[in-house]
Amino acid sequence: MHVYIIGNGISGVTAARFLRKNSDCEITILSSETDHFYSRTALMYIYMGHMGFEQTKPYEDYFWKKNRINLINTHVNKIDFDTKILKTSSKGDLSYDKLVLALGSSSNKFGWPGQDLKGVGGLYAIQDLERIEEYSKGLNRAVIVGGGLIGIEMAEMFHSRHIPVTFLVREKNYWDIVLPAEESAMVNREIRRNGIDLQLETELVEIVDDGDGQCCAVKTSKDDTIECGFVGLTAGVHPNVKFLNESALEIDRGIKVNRYLETNIDDVYAVGDCAEQREPAVGRRPIEALWYTGKMMGETVAYNILDQKIAYDPGIWFNSAKFIDIEYQVYGEVSGRPPDHHDSIYWEHEDGNKSIRLVYNKNTEKIVGLNLMGVRFRHEVCEKWLAEETDLHTVVQQLNLADFDPEFYKSYIADVQALYTSSTGKPIEKPVKKTLKRVLAFLGK
Amino acid sequence: MSSTLYTSFTPEKPPLLDAVQKVTLALGSLGLLLMLISWAGVSLPSKALMFYTSMGLIFFGVIVYSWRTYMIQPAGIKNNGNFFSSISHRGVLAWISAILITGFYVVLYLKAEYLGLGDTENSGLVAFFDPLSQLMHSKKASQWFVYGVLYTLAIVAFGIKFIFKYRHNRYEIIRTISVMFFQLFFAFLIPEILEMLHPETATNYFGKDMKNMWPLDYDFFDSWHIQNLSKGGLMGSFFLILGLLMIFVISPILTYKFGKRWYCSFVCGCGGLAETAGDPFRHLSDKSMKAWKVERWMIHTVLLFSFVMTIAIIYGYLGNEPDRYLLSRSTFTWLALIGLIGLSAVYFILQTKNVEDGSKNSKYIISGVVVLAALILLFNYLAGSGNAYFLQNYGFRQAYGLWVGAVFSGIIGVGFYPIMGSRVWCRFGCPMAALLGIQQKLLSKFRITTNGSQCISCGNCSTYCEMGIDVRAYAQKGQNIVRASCVGCGVCSAVCPRGVLKLENGSSDIFSKTAEQKAIHITEDQVRMLS
Ligand SMILES: Cc1cc2nc3c(=O)[nH]c(=O)nc-3n(C[C@H](O)[C@H](O)[C@H](O)COP(=O)(O)OP(=O)(O)OC[C@H]3O[C@@H](n4cnc5c(N)ncnc54)[C@H](O)[C@@H]3O)c2cc1C
Ligand code: SF4
Ligand code: SF4
Repeated sequence: MHVYIIGNGISGVTAARFLRKNSDCEITILSSETDHFYSRTALMYIYMGHMGFEQTKPYEDYFWKKNRINLINTHVNKIDFDTKILKTSSKGDLSYDKLVLALGSSSNKFGWPGQDLKGVGGLYAIQDLERIEEYSKGLNRAVIVGGGLIGIEMAEMFHSRHIPVTFLVREKNYWDIVLPAEESAMVNREIRRNGIDLQLETELVEIVDDGDGQCCAVKTSKDDTIECGFVGLTAGVHPNVKFLNESALEIDRGIKVNRYLETNIDDVYAVGDCAEQREPAVGRRPIEALWYTGKMMGETVAYNILDQKIAYDPGIWFNSAKFIDIEYQVYGEVSGRPPDHHDSIYWEHEDGNKSIRLVYNKNTEKIVGLNLMGVRFRHEVCEKWLAEETDLHTVVQQLNLADFDPEFYKSYIADVQALYTSSTGKPIEKPVKKTLKRVLAFLGK
Repeated sequence: MSSTLYTSFTPEKPPLLDAVQKVTLALGSLGLLLMLISWAGVSLPSKALMFYTSMGLIFFGVIVYSWRTYMIQPAGIKNNGNFFSSISHRGVLAWISAILITGFYVVLYLKAEYLGLGDTENSGLVAFFDPLSQLMHSKKASQWFVYGVLYTLAIVAFGIKFIFKYRHNRYEIIRTISVMFFQLFFAFLIPEILEMLHPETATNYFGKDMKNMWPLDYDFFDSWHIQNLSKGGLMGSFFLILGLLMIFVISPILTYKFGKRWYCSFVCGCGGLAETAGDPFRHLSDKSMKAWKVERWMIHTVLLFSFVMTIAIIYGYLGNEPDRYLLSRSTFTWLALIGLIGLSAVYFILQTKNVEDGSKNSKYIISGVVVLAALILLFNYLAGSGNAYFLQNYGFRQAYGLWVGAVFSGIIGVGFYPIMGSRVWCRFGCPMAALLGIQQKLLSKFRITTNGSQCISCGNCSTYCEMGIDVRAYAQKGQNIVRASCVGCGVCSAVCPRGVLKLENGSSDIFSKTAEQKAIHITEDQVRMLS
């Protein structure tokens, strides 16, 4: 059996690794972006000079040969699903037995005037980074459009090179659909503390042409014109499936897959950013463009290809990011627009750069989510509380078990416990102490 | 401190260096220049004044410069531009510094007269340091005094720089204060003061680094040293007993509880210099599998060499001058035999008990070689040979002193900072690191925990691990990092943008701490149930 995988990102590569781990089939990965798998999430660090491109490769180059995974750098222009043939730009026709589509995403463009000018672009692929690098020389200002995770990374990138940045965010506060109000305000402060020009409730109206097809300014919904030599478009991503639109493959926004990651065509699977779940897990979106979910789908699809059927289960929601210097972690349900039956205990450090939020169901008093800013929590402990629908009171009492900050750090757990007691009137008796031994016992290890 | 100086509103790119940095750079260079002029033989007017001015300028130059670099930015990870800068990324400046530092070490170890060391009177650089040496122990400076002062100055000044850089991270701050403290007091001030108080016996044993222990301190068991200690009265006996306790009791206990970091990142001077002055070079260490293989062969060979050398030496002097020691050659031989074979057996058992990490053959090779070393000793003893390992006993010591003590630990170890990273010696050559590392891996509560599935494989951790450990390889699998070479510097944990890594100690899973926690998220049971 020869399995072809289109896309050498995290989902395609994870699929290949687990196929190899569990079988002897022939595996070939095709990609037209890079020769080897690299970590897209580290693009910003290449630009900032924390790492070179080499350092972002999770596996050394010998790994592929040793594990008998063929790598081909070519672009797939068309797929003939009837004859099971891939038509490539430089390697002719390739014939597959099973096919995994791990195509990733492309940056959104919402039809803004001037969006195709030179000096306008998103940040997704290494080629985008090369373009940004090219425009950075002598750049007077960069304007970033879109208040999401990639937007703030891009702002930090330019900022690290002392290039002035204006950051246009449509919402009232940075990423306030996802972040609760206080956390969102904290990130606003962090952005401004670094001297980045954050303009809230401001939309892009037009990108101005300098006459040579190069952008020279943007016009905003506040009737401002901001001069800039680069415009970063980071208003989300969409599945990179355009070249398949005319085919028999069922596509809505992404490639439709069932719980086994099978598409409507036999022997064709889709994973990662480009896959759209027909029946997403409860509380989850049909497309989740995330590193973690790509990894889980890659693992799951390998078993399904090998006829060991297993449904894709993304588990309990978690995510993390870093807002310039503030680390962020989330576990379970935390929202900027929480439903009425949710309430939370929110503790914030007096420096305004750290916070702990415990979200619970008002009716049942069970924990439903944890949101951390500038504080690290232990994934497995939070997961266990959430999976077991633990009482808020018990969580607060055991809170030390989740503390994952480095040694010698001041612990804020006692402050959170005190806050809980003062706001609910319930004292915490015998709070669980923090030792690794207790954590391991709690996790049953 | 206001952060407006580091702002994106600045209409133009700020200059590479601001005015304060330029001035401090100039002053620091002036300090260095004074030192170089005196080395070149120019006689300066007031020797003492010049010396203190020079040291002061260098010290404050470094501190004010780095204060200006870091304190005007918000606290956080500041690795911007590391891969672009000439000095920190193997550019011209890096090569020039590597050549200069290497050259200095060659002269220091092999041709101290070029530094101006004289029999009765010093000249040049060594003479430049006479004023402080006179003040501290009323005699002229030696090349080692010069080295000690510069070394301590570097650790303290760059330690302060490091604290500015990592001021948001208490682990890094405390660890750095600790190495600065041990260097300043235990390696420098206390020995010098003891020497001043006891001028008669001083040079015999006080004038050395007190925190150094065997096998890093490779002449601890030399006959002159043992003799001096045992004849050195209360103080001498104290040092002898402390030295032995450190090796056989204190170190194993601390390593069990905290891993080798208690020494390598909190106490040791070699580690201290690497972590402070060497910090800009930490990302240069080679992370490849090949480098790891070379490392394991090399460092364990040095460890074996240090064992054999020490046994040969003791065997030698116990045989030659039996009356001067309590221990007889035959008792020593039997003790060494029991020690070596016991060590090899314990190693073998622990290695088997621990969850295997793939390097299955290594346990046979390592235990085999140690047993072989014991058998050769036995053979020579029974044959009545005066030499424990065929060759001249003292020959081992001389070869070791030259190749390991001078060439490896100094010339390559520090000279190659700008090319191979800051812990070349600690990683490839230090027998102490090797010994503590074996224990860390097999019998210690220490590990770096990976935080569930939060890793995004970005590579910051691996890049900034000075020991060349591919931390990410473990983190992305959800596996703890348990590596003999990890010195527990904590930088991988600090630079991780997703809060994935935590250095911690725990006893309940001591033999299974390397197990893969989860293969991402599917267990074999789940697959079987559904298939
Ligand atoms: C800057 C940035 C930061 C991010 N940070 C985070 C983060 O912190 N946490 C997180 O969870 N997620 C993050 N993400 C999202 C995450 O990186 C993606 O979800 C993930 O990489 C998607 O992986 P994938 O394997 O599905 O696709 P991709 O990694 O996009 O791989 C798809 C590959 O297929 C190739 N390809 C597509 N079509 C063809 C074709 N026809 N022929 C040949 N090759 C083709 C593409 O060129 C690409 O190389 C970030 C993304 C970006 C861009
Ligand atoms: S693994 Fe981490 S703590 Fe250990 S030496 Fe490397 S960077 Fe330091
Ligand atoms: S730095 Fe953190 S997120 Fe990045 S590879 Fe290492 S452990 Fe993973």
